[in-house]
Amino acid sequence: MITKKVYLYFPKSETEKPIVCELIRNFDLTINIFRAKVTPEEEGYLSLEITGSEEHIEQAYEFLNTFDVVIHAGNKGLHWDSERCTHCGNCLVHCPTGALHFTDRSTRTVNFTEDKCIECLSCITNCPFGVCSSAF
Amino acid sequence: MTRTYQEINEKIASGKAVVLTAEEIIDYVDKRGLEQAAKEVDVVTTATFGPMCSSGCFLNFGHSTPKMRITEAWISDVPVYCGIAAVDVYLGATELRHNDSANMYYPGEFRYGGGHVIEDLVAGKKLQFFGLSYGTDDYPRREIRTMFDIHDLNQAIMTNPRNCYQNYNVAVNTSDKTVYTYLGILKPRMRNMTYCSAGQLSPLLNDPLYETIGVGTSVWLAGARGLVYAQGTQHCSDVERGDNDVPMEGAGTLALTGNMKEMHPEFVRGASLKGYGVSLALGVGVPIPILNPDILRRVTVRDRDIYGSVIDYSVDYPQKTGKVLAKYSYEELRSGQVELNGQKVAVSSMSSYNKALKICNLLKAEIEAGDFLLSQPSQRLPLNQGMQSLEIKGPAK
Repeated sequence: MITKKVYLYFPKSETEKPIVCELIRNFDLTINIFRAKVTPEEEGYLSLEITGSEEHIEQAYEFLNTFDVVIHAGNKGLHWDSERCTHCGNCLVHCPTGALHFTDRSTRTVNFTEDKCIECLSCITNCPFGVCSSAF
Repeated sequence: MTRTYQEINEKIASGKAVVLTAEEIIDYVDKRGLEQAAKEVDVVTTATFGPMCSSGCFLNFGHSTPKMRITEAWISDVPVYCGIAAVDVYLGATELRHNDSANMYYPGEFRYGGGHVIEDLVAGKKLQFFGLSYGTDDYPRREIRTMFDIHDLNQAIMTNPRNCYQNYNVAVNTSDKTVYTYLGILKPRMRNMTYCSAGQLSPLLNDPLYETIGVGTSVWLAGARGLVYAQGTQHCSDVERGDNDVPMEGAGTLALTGNMKEMHPEFVRGASLKGYGVSLALGVGVPIPILNPDILRRVTVRDRDIYGSVIDYSVDYPQKTGKVLAKYSYEELRSGQVELNGQKVAVSSMSSYNKALKICNLLKAEIEAGDFLLSQPSQRLPLNQGMQSLEIKGPAK
């Protein structure tokens, strides 16, 4: 069993199809939705974690490719701009999962581990320097 | 063992000065002993990087044809102060953009303001200048709109009334609702705590009695050669101090100036503080000459010997009650968690130790290369000065 983070973009033509439901039913996947913004007659976004066998995930990707859905593997829903980070560390207490953390306590260098991010967006609200941003 | 500024500068100029950062000096003195280290070390570099609201800049635009005496102006929609000569303006770091809804939709986002204009100027970005005037015989133009960047200005002089607070409050929120402050978002029922100091790296914590940092001291201001031009506003040296003379609260401040054309954009950063407003985060480095063993002893101050006072920003700070909930050393604060009234509280910083350390090392390299000479202050900062409150008095009769 493997777990992958995926961020999907649904153009207007695909927003009314029960795609996630079919992923669960047909490919035996465990889906953990972090964030969704899918409204009929509009484009939509879906940020989720997929757990299943490698083979099933492969088949699910093929299934998704039969639609106009754009698949972004990895954590594309939340972006952390390392160039703009001042490493003050103020975000650390606002990040519930430790995705934002000090990599080196002696120099107090902040880093972002995508895999741990659940896209709660509290870092966006908090960061004074606009280092974190959301894809949607 | 004593040294003069002149002797130190001669060593710097010849490329032989021994320079350590405020972090390195701690272990160095531990190993070598105070007397021996005082013989060897010439300069210790200190630094800080954090939001400093009392910052701004004077800009001179040069004269258009026909000439104009500008009375109202905006840079990228952020108002600037025009109550000075014809094409001089002052831009303050906390100025909001025209039409910013501020806290009308609480908490406001304050995405762009004075601090961001200053960041963009230093980064060399093109900005829009819009100005109005009533027109005079010698300055007939009444309106101007043009794009410009920092290279088009005659002068861009950062002039900050208050930077480098010696120490600072540690903020917590005991109420049942979130409060939005210049020390960040404070969650209800003490779920987090914020401090804002570079601690053992911070300039005035390494010179607690202002023996070397005074009016006229050369400083590293965001990469430019800057200067302490006065005591900072709210300089209040008469406060509670520890046995090491290090203050337990705000205390001393510095008024700094420097040429923005020489600054590095990495160390000049606009800040948007949700629910509070706009500010400017700035990097400052100050060299401390090791004139005698006593000055050396003071720069060996460690985070565990520096205390910050915890203030409740839901009641005690806004209502000015003077109540202090607790005191913690910066070592405890930096650990990321302290215990207050039996409750574990997560702690984070608004000040970047990482950037302060980087500045200490950049300044060290400049001094070692003979590029940065020290200057002896022409005036000492006041030692026993208090701070007045504003008494609200009735209308004049």
